[in-house]
Amino acid sequence: MPNLVEIRDLYFAYGDRAILSGLEMDFPRGKVVAVMGGSGSGKTTILRLIGGQLTPSRGSIAVDGALTDFNDNAALYRMRRQMGMLFQHGALFTDLTVFENVAFPLREHSDLPEELLRDLVLMKLQAVGLRNAAQLKPAEISGGMARRVALARAVALDPQLIMYDEPFAGLDPISMGVAANLIRRLNDALGSTSILVSHDVHESFSIADYVYFLSQGRIVAHGTPQQMAASDDPYVKQFVHAEADGPVPFHYPGRSLAEDLGLGARA
Amino acid sequence: MILDFLAAIGRGVREFVISLGFGTRTFFSVLGASGGLLRRLRLVTDQIHFIGNYSLVIIGVSGLFVGFVLGLQGYYTLNKYGSEQALGLLVALSLTRELGPVVTALLFAGRAGTSLTAEIGLMKAGEQLAAMEMMAVNPLQRVLAPRFWAGVIAMPILAAIFSAVGIIGGYIVGVLLIGVDEGAFWSQMQAGVDVWADIANGVLKSIVFGVAVTFIALYQGYEAKPTPEGVARATTRTVVIGSLTVLALDFLLTALMFNK
Repeated sequence: MPNLVEIRDLYFAYGDRAILSGLEMDFPRGKVVAVMGGSGSGKTTILRLIGGQLTPSRGSIAVDGALTDFNDNAALYRMRRQMGMLFQHGALFTDLTVFENVAFPLREHSDLPEELLRDLVLMKLQAVGLRNAAQLKPAEISGGMARRVALARAVALDPQLIMYDEPFAGLDPISMGVAANLIRRLNDALGSTSILVSHDVHESFSIADYVYFLSQGRIVAHGTPQQMAASDDPYVKQFVHAEADGPVPFHYPGRSLAEDLGLGARA
Repeated sequence: MILDFLAAIGRGVREFVISLGFGTRTFFSVLGASGGLLRRLRLVTDQIHFIGNYSLVIIGVSGLFVGFVLGLQGYYTLNKYGSEQALGLLVALSLTRELGPVVTALLFAGRAGTSLTAEIGLMKAGEQLAAMEMMAVNPLQRVLAPRFWAGVIAMPILAAIFSAVGIIGGYIVGVLLIGVDEGAFWSQMQAGVDVWADIANGVLKSIVFGVAVTFIALYQGYEAKPTPEGVARATTRTVVIGSLTVLALDFLLTALMFNK
């Protein structure tokens, strides 16, 4: 099967508020696929659904050929062992050192001897350039470094699927470039598949093989970064060229200014 | 107007029943997730150290002062009837049956309970629990269960320390400062305190309080809204609900245990 993850006719809602409607997405093996869209467009929700942390109201998700059964907790935990996820703010365990954070999944899921575990953790930290920060606490490192530690932790078990939730948010340009480079390199080195949720056009286009554009819970466009950069779709154009007004209005919808100022009545 | 009032009552009752149901389900999930701890006792002992050891100072100092007060008040009252020799018995029974377990549980809710709630609430707010789930580690098993058992084990030990220090406090005031006969103080205590009826029942009480207070603290943290305001509210609820539960349970247990 060429696709590691397949999403079919997926709907999700919080109560009456629809978040995702009718998604059809494929994530081919070995590729980096970016899911882009504005804040609140439902990007992160897709990752949570793939990870089985949320249950869809309709539709299906297949990971590695197996349909996800959202009611079988044990199966969900088994599936997650094949996944790594980088959370938006890193979600490092603040009471553990950098070393112990990366060692955490290894300690939980294996009985490796301490020396082997140490070597493995140091290799992961070496890959993200933070081997010498191993004994620091998360509070003692910068936001960009925390994101890299979280990345080392996410790939500690060499997952088939790595999911990144806004890996570039709040990073300076240098850290952003470092993070983008790492995502591509790790994906190719581990032979895994990556899903990159982001609203950063430049960095995402530079490393992604394929891009989905999401607006108000629907896929509005998809294609390679080159196709998207040349797209005529008004939403994609507004997004890629960072235009202030367009299909996504600048003003929060509601009454017009004239109505609010009482100008309509006088006219 | 009346309809709104009735609807509000209905909503309140429904929310209470729902939260009771969620709480009970979480309680059994935590118990169910506890099996794996036997292989990893270190997780529990670390938490006993954290929860128990750091509560020692407040428990010890409070026990001492409660003992002082019991010595004084007991002496004044008993002295009226010329039976101040029974001071040791009064101090020991008050502490082992009631004050030891109850005051320890109340202090525990304020000292350890709040820190548990805040810790877990902030772990949730920082997506640490979600991250754990995504690493295929069940937070109920890895985070809640060790803390729960640590609280259940620590509470009777802390209550025993509270009572022991309290008796020393009563001795210091009654015997050393006021001058009650030392032989009478200890021998009346020895003769009048029963190891099963008084001490074992007191220990049983503190185990029940340990289960209640620790679980309430953990549950409030686990169900807290992942915002600063949500964690603050959850911490307050831990103290309020925890303390009221302890007092209500104490009445029930006392009625069941000492009904002769």
